[in-house]
Amino acid sequence: MKIRIGRLFIITGISSLSLALLFGVLAAVQFIFPDFIPEIAFYKARPLHVSLAVSWIFSIGIGAVYNYLEEKEIIRFQFAGFIHWIIYVVTGIFIIVSYLKGTFGGREYWEFPPVLSIPILISWLFFGLVFFSSVIKIKNWPVYLWMWSTGIVIFFVTFLEANSWIFDYFSNSVVRELTIQWKSYGSLVGSWNMLVYGAGLYVMEKISGEDSYAKSGIAFVLYFVGLTNLFFNWAHHIYAVPASPWIGNIAYVISMTELFIIGRIIWKWKGTLTTAQKFHHKHPYLFLLASDIWVFLNLALAILISVPAINVYTHGTHVTVAHAMGSTIGINSMILVAFILHHFSWRKSWWIIIPYWIINISLLCFWIALIGSGILKGVAVVEGTSSFQEIMISIEPILKFFMYSGAFLALGFLILLFHLLFEFLQDFPENIFGKTE
Amino acid sequence: MGLSVKRIVFFTLVTAYLFYTSFVYTEGTITEYPITGDAIEGRQLFRDKNCIACHQLYGLGGYMGPDLTNVMSIKGEVYVRAFLENGTQKMPDFSLEEKEVKNLIAYLTYVDSTSLYPTRNFELTWYGTVNSNPIKK
Ligand code: HEC
Ligand code: HEM
Repeated sequence: MKIRIGRLFIITGISSLSLALLFGVLAAVQFIFPDFIPEIAFYKARPLHVSLAVSWIFSIGIGAVYNYLEEKEIIRFQFAGFIHWIIYVVTGIFIIVSYLKGTFGGREYWEFPPVLSIPILISWLFFGLVFFSSVIKIKNWPVYLWMWSTGIVIFFVTFLEANSWIFDYFSNSVVRELTIQWKSYGSLVGSWNMLVYGAGLYVMEKISGEDSYAKSGIAFVLYFVGLTNLFFNWAHHIYAVPASPWIGNIAYVISMTELFIIGRIIWKWKGTLTTAQKFHHKHPYLFLLASDIWVFLNLALAILISVPAINVYTHGTHVTVAHAMGSTIGINSMILVAFILHHFSWRKSWWIIIPYWIINISLLCFWIALIGSGILKGVAVVEGTSSFQEIMISIEPILKFFMYSGAFLALGFLILLFHLLFEFLQDFPENIFGKTE
Repeated sequence: MGLSVKRIVFFTLVTAYLFYTSFVYTEGTITEYPITGDAIEGRQLFRDKNCIACHQLYGLGGYMGPDLTNVMSIKGEVYVRAFLENGTQKMPDFSLEEKEVKNLIAYLTYVDSTSLYPTRNFELTWYGTVNSNPIKK
């Protein structure tokens, strides 16, 4: 019996996102109607939403790596991979239960009690074992193998760092605690980006049937720009925290290196259009194309809010949420959906095209609403003339618009996800557990 | 790009990262105002109740409620106490005991002492940075 671990992770990811969307809509509704479902109040709904959304990204990112090893038939220690998956799912369930019960570790994003970090770290060791033992003999690595290796190692290191606060030394002042917290988060996001972008490149290689790009100089230049940012740009989140000014200045300078990526996208625009004409009939490509457009929009936003003079207005507002969700949905999720789609060689289907448009149009509304409400709040806060309540009342119409567009966004994704799950389960259990002779 | 070039760039970046990390862990975040006394218990409570899901410190956190960095010096203890003891329509009433309210207030007072947020009365430079003098005390 041959278990397809990659596919187990894909199903886990699809389930995570379905739940994440429900809790996201719940949290958005609670902004307007705080009494809606008080048993899962906002301080539970938000971490449920965010952790499950992050779990979606990691599940599919990890799934893509296993899938590669399985497709190339180079996977070793497959059983360790299976243990990885079991620990991942069981820990996930514990985390959900702890949120629902209101047992928190209480630090943003990883809001579960810190003991639950231990199984996550252990499961990651199994992942590392499988991955590195399988690829070690490959010569002349394509860039996605570099990316996956980096992602796997960096996750482990920065997740440890994210938990360093349990030692007094790292949390004996709010300044040190917040700085190290955001240092680790910035790099953690970088680590999942490495997994996701690697998956995207792998899919593109399969669509186009050419492997030259993944070994080209420019692919590696972009990888190193990404790695530099992963290491050094995180402090654009904490310009306001009174740590050494050096930390902010380094982040500012490094963040601007991403202008190179923006420039390249503009430069290559024509080429992208030609490729689009060639491959637009393939569903995975459609999602990769959407992710390209969202890279452009979100990178532009990210670069703008990394300029301290702009950040001083946008920090601590929904502009940050626009940046976070714009990137995790527009960039990461589009690539991840492309990966899932490529995996099963789908025929043309309205069940994919219609949600595709619902998702992209509502995401645009959602994103603009967040930026709009953020800017209004940011300017009002810096001016300091209105109270928090007055500000919230003035942006309520925009938050309502955010809520409605979010509901459509969730709807689009849910249609797509259930379609994927449905098609996927048609060949169950052979497509996961293999044929038993 | 040859393998050796890739390796050199990679290890240069990693080395720089390690140096930078050690700077951030030490001098970069020198602790002029370490946390002490009741504030330590207050911090634990702040985590246990997940206040950060709705509130921010230095603008970091969830956005349902206001930033709490300087709430103590701006609004004062009586005002803060009213919220902690009763909650509001949006903020849950955590049924805190007197000791717990005290500890939370000690923590918020501690955070308040570290600096000012949001940054106001600043000047912008032509190259996009912000000049301000926020250090408190
Ligand atoms: C479910 C979200 C939520 C949680 C959790 C929450 N709060 Fe609040 N809090 C709010 C909102 C919203 C307000 C603003 C008043 C309003 O609109 O009801 C507020 C107001 C306050 C204020 C007054 C601030 C001001 O400037 O007016 C303080 C102080 C405060 N909260 C402290 C806390 C502490 C400490 C905790 C954790 C024990 C906490 N809150 C947990 C939502 C929350
Ligand atoms: C693929 C889908 C999604 C992903 C990956 C995602 C991801 C995220 C992330 C990473 C955050 C943290 C943002 C931050 O702290 O800055 C967040 C917050 C949030 N998301 Fe989503 N999200 C998704 C869909 C949705 C949908 C459909 C809604 C419904 C309207 C929604 C509502 C919210 C809300 C209300 C918050 C909290 C914002 C706050 O603190 O004020 N999300 N999401």
